[in-house]
Amino acid sequence: MASIARNVLMLAAALAAAALSAPAAAQNEQFIPILSYRTGPYAVNGAPYANGVVDYYNLINERDGGINGVKILTEECETGYATDKGVECYERLKSKGPTGAAFINPLSTGITFALTEKTATDKIPIITMGYGRADSKNGAVFAYNFPLLGTYWSAADLAIQQIAKELGGFDKLKGRKISLLYHDSPYGKEPIPMLQVLAQKYGFEFTPIPVTHPGVEQKSQWLAIRQNRPDYVLVWGWGVMNSTAIKEAAAVAYPRDKMIGVWWSGAEPDVTPAGDQATGYKALMLQHGAGKFPVHADIEKYIYAKGKGSTEPGKIDEVLYNRGMVNAMLGVEAIRKAQEKFGKKPLTGEQVRWGLENLILTDARIKELGFEGMLKPVSISCSDHEGARYGRVQQWNGKAWKVISDWSTADESLIEPLVADVSAKYAAEKKIKPRDCAKET
Amino acid sequence: MLYREAGQFKATYAEDMAIFPIRQDRIALAVLLGIAFIGVPLLASFRIWPFRTDYLLWAILLPFLILALAAVGTNILVGYCGQISLGSGAFMAIGAYSAYKLATGVHIPLAWLGFAIAIPPLPVLASILLGGLMAACAGILFGIPSLRIKGLYLAVATLAAQFFFDWAFLRLPWFTNYAPSGSVNAPELDFFGMIVRTPVERYLLCLLFVTVMAVLAKNLVRGNLGRQWMAIRDMDIAAELIGIRPLYAKLTAFAVSSFIIGVAGALWAFVYLGSWEPLAFSIDRSLELLFMVIIGGLGSIMGSFIGAAFILIMPIMLNVIPTELGLPLSTQTITHLQFIIFGSLICYLLIKEPHGFARLISIGKEKLRLWPFPY
Repeated sequence: MASIARNVLMLAAALAAAALSAPAAAQNEQFIPILSYRTGPYAVNGAPYANGVVDYYNLINERDGGINGVKILTEECETGYATDKGVECYERLKSKGPTGAAFINPLSTGITFALTEKTATDKIPIITMGYGRADSKNGAVFAYNFPLLGTYWSAADLAIQQIAKELGGFDKLKGRKISLLYHDSPYGKEPIPMLQVLAQKYGFEFTPIPVTHPGVEQKSQWLAIRQNRPDYVLVWGWGVMNSTAIKEAAAVAYPRDKMIGVWWSGAEPDVTPAGDQATGYKALMLQHGAGKFPVHADIEKYIYAKGKGSTEPGKIDEVLYNRGMVNAMLGVEAIRKAQEKFGKKPLTGEQVRWGLENLILTDARIKELGFEGMLKPVSISCSDHEGARYGRVQQWNGKAWKVISDWSTADESLIEPLVADVSAKYAAEKKIKPRDCAKET
Repeated sequence: MLYREAGQFKATYAEDMAIFPIRQDRIALAVLLGIAFIGVPLLASFRIWPFRTDYLLWAILLPFLILALAAVGTNILVGYCGQISLGSGAFMAIGAYSAYKLATGVHIPLAWLGFAIAIPPLPVLASILLGGLMAACAGILFGIPSLRIKGLYLAVATLAAQFFFDWAFLRLPWFTNYAPSGSVNAPELDFFGMIVRTPVERYLLCLLFVTVMAVLAKNLVRGNLGRQWMAIRDMDIAAELIGIRPLYAKLTAFAVSSFIIGVAGALWAFVYLGSWEPLAFSIDRSLELLFMVIIGGLGSIMGSFIGAAFILIMPIMLNVIPTELGLPLSTQTITHLQFIIFGSLICYLLIKEPHGFARLISIGKEKLRLWPFPY
């Protein structure tokens, strides 16, 4: 008995010592929460993304000693892609560090919907790079949402552009059948209004086909596709749903090169489980693709050479790893921009929001950062929280992703009215008075 | 010692039939309510530890209160009336979506009759209560099979309710007011001109609902109706022989239980989530509620609260503690550990005490009453 009691006491003492030593952190630190998912059905895609984010923050600390001397402090919280867990993580992390969270990046459209109102109240920007609410492009209404580099409405337009190009012109779209196989969640439903607008404009027949979470059961959906024989199938999937879709397409002999995935359905974990069946499958690119760029040399030198990497060195050129890095970079650059105005110290979420809204990355700056070839210039403003609407298309050749198209830009004349309409509805529902973007500096 | 009831005489029938006949229980409850109604809001508004941030209020107490209410509802059906239900999540969803529709105005065009049913937006309180009522109606409807089928077969029938409503709220755009993403936003929480916004206000609102409903439920289960439910649970044929109508007893259990669950669902959506999608009320939620009442104790109102606390708070604690202590574990490992430890705890508890926390507490109470010679 006595020995058990002593062991328990010693363990308690050790834990207490660990507890006391942990928060002995300097005050000159910028806290950035990381909401990630490394477990559950979406872990195959969530983990490489989180690794890219973590490694890039570490790179800034190791190589530059932080952002202008302000070290980045991070804490990860596992959401499992579940909305309620994500909200819990947000509440847990939002006020940590000397100034609270600089911004939040949930990597889930469902969590984004749940947090949109909370982040505006707490004055913490929510960066949703390539996902989130498409209407939040309108910064006048959504002051704290930043769907950087592309919303799902931009993605829908880019996908239809690619189809038109393959068919030989927009006039060839008339009378064609295009189906959307989507993850039945806010994520998958986001592109539907835009696709309906496009269907009306170009005269193609649009059929949305939902797939229930987590997406391993798609037999009936593909049976419907086999009967309907659409000319193209757009895939809006995530996690295990993507590779399942490819396998099911092969099972009903639907040509893989007539499938176009969104940029969340175009990474290595989406195609490799399907083996040879995935050859020919296409996907949009959120500007960047797989492969190594100048920044990877620094990652290898400062992180992996020192054994501080969060994944295997062979996996740092994957699509989602790169996307994590791009996302982290944009956040860091926003903080850097905000430091120009508010001083080189830890900043609050409200100050970082200013930095995000005034962030401009030129080609020269992108080259300086080592992201040349991954990104086109980004220019964020009050009325445009998206910042860029470029995309390319890549194709899986059985071994690697190959870029098969030039850069194209989403058609703003179609997206803008929809954004204005839907965001105005949100503003009316929530009694938000839109800011006057002409007066913002 | 402290729990001795010597000297507490019951001179009237009313005293004998009181909800809490023992004085110590009454004091304990008063202290608990005092802490919940006065202590917590005070600490929170002055930001005194552990309420320095909103975390405890927002992410722990608020969901705890609402899920405890839902667990009380589930316990009435499963614990008191013995009808296993896997549809609790669906009834929460009905409460939430009905309240949402009523609060934003209902419009049903009946083109073939040449007119439309239109209800203007109702106040939030009315919407929440009517949301509960709608859930009660659905509960009665899906309770009808319980007159024929029992046990696990009934569980499967209620599972049908779960899948049907999951499907309906996901697929029929009318329920979500044609929101493009299928995710809907709660209206502003306006209670007779008082707008509930801050976490403390939200907490007090939920606490009020939970207290009132729990007291009502507690009274119901020790009255005529509750005894009918328990008779049906213990042996339905015997109950029928002594003159209890199974139709009435079972359907009232379904109605009362669904009403409470529906109100909890509306609160979950309006007060806690603010913006939600049908996934918030999936089959996982139903199972969670069922586990809450099984772990907490079938047939015990207090057990529902303890079960809710255990199922909701324990995983979060297991997840937070390693990070707070600064142990060098990856989030992945922590999450796996959380599942392992939580799973083993449930196994251990159910082996040691299959009747749940409520039974543990009542055993403890008995021993305290007989102190210093408990047996």
